[in-house]
Amino acid sequence: MLTQQIVNGIVVGSVYALIALGYTLVYGILQLINFAHGEIYMMGAYVGIAVLAVLGAMGVTEQSLAISILLVFLVPMVYCAAYGVTLERVAYRPLRRAPRLSPLISAIGMSIFLQNYVQVAQGARERAFPNLLHLGSFELMGAHVSGLQVFILAAALAMMAGLQVFIHKTRLGRAMRATALDRTMASLVGVDVNHVIAMTFAIGSILAAVAGVMVGMYYGVVNHYIGFVAGIKAFTAAVLGGIGNVTGALLGGFLLALLESFWAGYVSAVYKDVFAFAVLIVVLIFRPEGILGGSAAETDRS
Amino acid sequence: MRSLAAAPLWGLWFAFLALPFSGLEGSLRIGLACALVVGAARLAGVVLRAEAVAPRVAKGRETVAELWESFLRGMRDKRVAPFVLLGIMALPWWLGRYETDVLVIAGIYVMLALGLNVVVGFAGLLDLGYVAFYAVGAYSYALLNTWLGLPFWPALLGGAALSAAFGILLGIPVLRLRGDYLAIVTLGFGEIIRIVLNNWDDVTRGPNGILGIGRPLLGEFRLSQPMHFFYLVLALCLFTIFIVNRLNRSRIGRAWAAMREDESAAECMGVDLVHAKLTAFAFGASWAGLAGVVFAAKQTFVSPESFSFFESVIILCMVVLGGMGSVPGVILGALILIILPEMLREITFFRPMLLGGALVLMMALRPQGFLEARGLRLAEGALPPEMREKAERTGR
Repeated sequence: MLTQQIVNGIVVGSVYALIALGYTLVYGILQLINFAHGEIYMMGAYVGIAVLAVLGAMGVTEQSLAISILLVFLVPMVYCAAYGVTLERVAYRPLRRAPRLSPLISAIGMSIFLQNYVQVAQGARERAFPNLLHLGSFELMGAHVSGLQVFILAAALAMMAGLQVFIHKTRLGRAMRATALDRTMASLVGVDVNHVIAMTFAIGSILAAVAGVMVGMYYGVVNHYIGFVAGIKAFTAAVLGGIGNVTGALLGGFLLALLESFWAGYVSAVYKDVFAFAVLIVVLIFRPEGILGGSAAETDRS
Repeated sequence: MRSLAAAPLWGLWFAFLALPFSGLEGSLRIGLACALVVGAARLAGVVLRAEAVAPRVAKGRETVAELWESFLRGMRDKRVAPFVLLGIMALPWWLGRYETDVLVIAGIYVMLALGLNVVVGFAGLLDLGYVAFYAVGAYSYALLNTWLGLPFWPALLGGAALSAAFGILLGIPVLRLRGDYLAIVTLGFGEIIRIVLNNWDDVTRGPNGILGIGRPLLGEFRLSQPMHFFYLVLALCLFTIFIVNRLNRSRIGRAWAAMREDESAAECMGVDLVHAKLTAFAFGASWAGLAGVVFAAKQTFVSPESFSFFESVIILCMVVLGGMGSVPGVILGALILIILPEMLREITFFRPMLLGGALVLMMALRPQGFLEARGLRLAEGALPPEMREKAERTGR
């Protein structure tokens, strides 16, 4: 029972962590909570369904599993990057100098708009996410672990490792860190800040797309509403770890999912969401800078 | 002209974005619509800014602003106001039962929006879980009435007080937080209240809701028809408008405005931020509670469905679209957002989408809302004319 809760918690945690990274990256640079980030994740799952439908109709899914898996991740990643960049361009960039309430309201408006656009276009009913991977399962210290869970964890870890390499080893990654430290100064030394911000949205959205497709595979169904709750939980994870801090987002994601999994397993499954909100409020009261907050350079700029 | 050429590109881009969701035909339509809208907007921008047209546009704007000013002045005029009030009071005799009912709902939302306006518009604190306080008011009357038989009038005070207590309870932990954190905490709080109402079966009967809530009694007379509620809600709305206007001009109202513009500066000038934030929260919450009690009494039925996150968003839209901080603006916003969907039934399906888009557009094009909030008027002669003009422009 205990190991089972841990396994479930780690799998869900990798999804939370991937979404939380998007919040944290954007917050690190713009000090803005991108409310619509959860919707990007939801749209990633829907694009995955659309890709599978097209591939199925073309008969690709039967011929080559590897290509299908690749495309079912790659196309949503491209699309979500496009959504993220467009979102920034339409809803946030015109408001960069506006009072702080304006981008926040714009973000909420965008979130509502996207959620309901998907509902109007795709219907309010749950959509099935076709099962592509038929992996077996095994027992691990009394816990039932499916191959899909291993796959999800591995894919998430690969994405996170890729992000770390990107941030620390590439030119654009360095420009992102510079912009997060001081936007004006970065632009003075020749960093194209607008480009960096757009890329930040694109990267966060790519991570969210992966999370969306994985959740679709894991639960087998998606609806237009999943972005709302997942968005709040990932935000909680980002705050728990220390918003603006990349390592913190990972830590917060896994920690929140584990706590939630224990709560659902031993206390009350019905009040699972309430527990996550309560964690958010408690963290904000007692340690608003989060677990790893303070070590990040951008925490003290409010 | 170059900006005009970008319109087809925008269209293509949005067609591409919509492809996985709307299909080939749908996304082409969306792309075409986008290209047309962007093209028209750009064209309008070019034409309106042209030298021959620009002065006329400015003049037209001034005329409209003047007309509106004189309209508002007329409404406030002691000789005109009673007739306007009489006209409003005559509405239910002229309208049908159904239309009156819509007006009652609109009135309840006017109260809610004015309450939220105190938090968002006056104090500048973004509350995304406002509907939670509405739920607290509605459920407190529903429970106290069905269990203990508490009548409406004491419940009206009780519901408001209980909601205010919840407001302070929520306000204390978020006192130290910046605006964006505050928004998400209030959102979380709203969801907590809804989930608890939905699952605490022994007390709230879960999703089934509570039936058979008592109607208000006025002496021997039972308020049961839409028309009766119309007068009740109208009276409460007038009371709300009076209180809100007085508050805005009071010491605490000035403190809120200072806090909204710059917290640090306000604190330096001696504004007690803790006190200012808590009173704003408590006041906004108590008004939602008041509206909740009226809502429960009117429907005689409450269920968690009525208190979803989207309700909070609708009320926020009334405040933001109408004009944050402007009392006539917020009233207008509430009336439009309730009455317009009733008249245009076909758009009900698209309403959430349109509201979301409207929030984004409004922030980009006219962040002050339909009607801009105006600063405090200075006494005649208190300042030289040029300084006075500047003070009024920036004084809000």
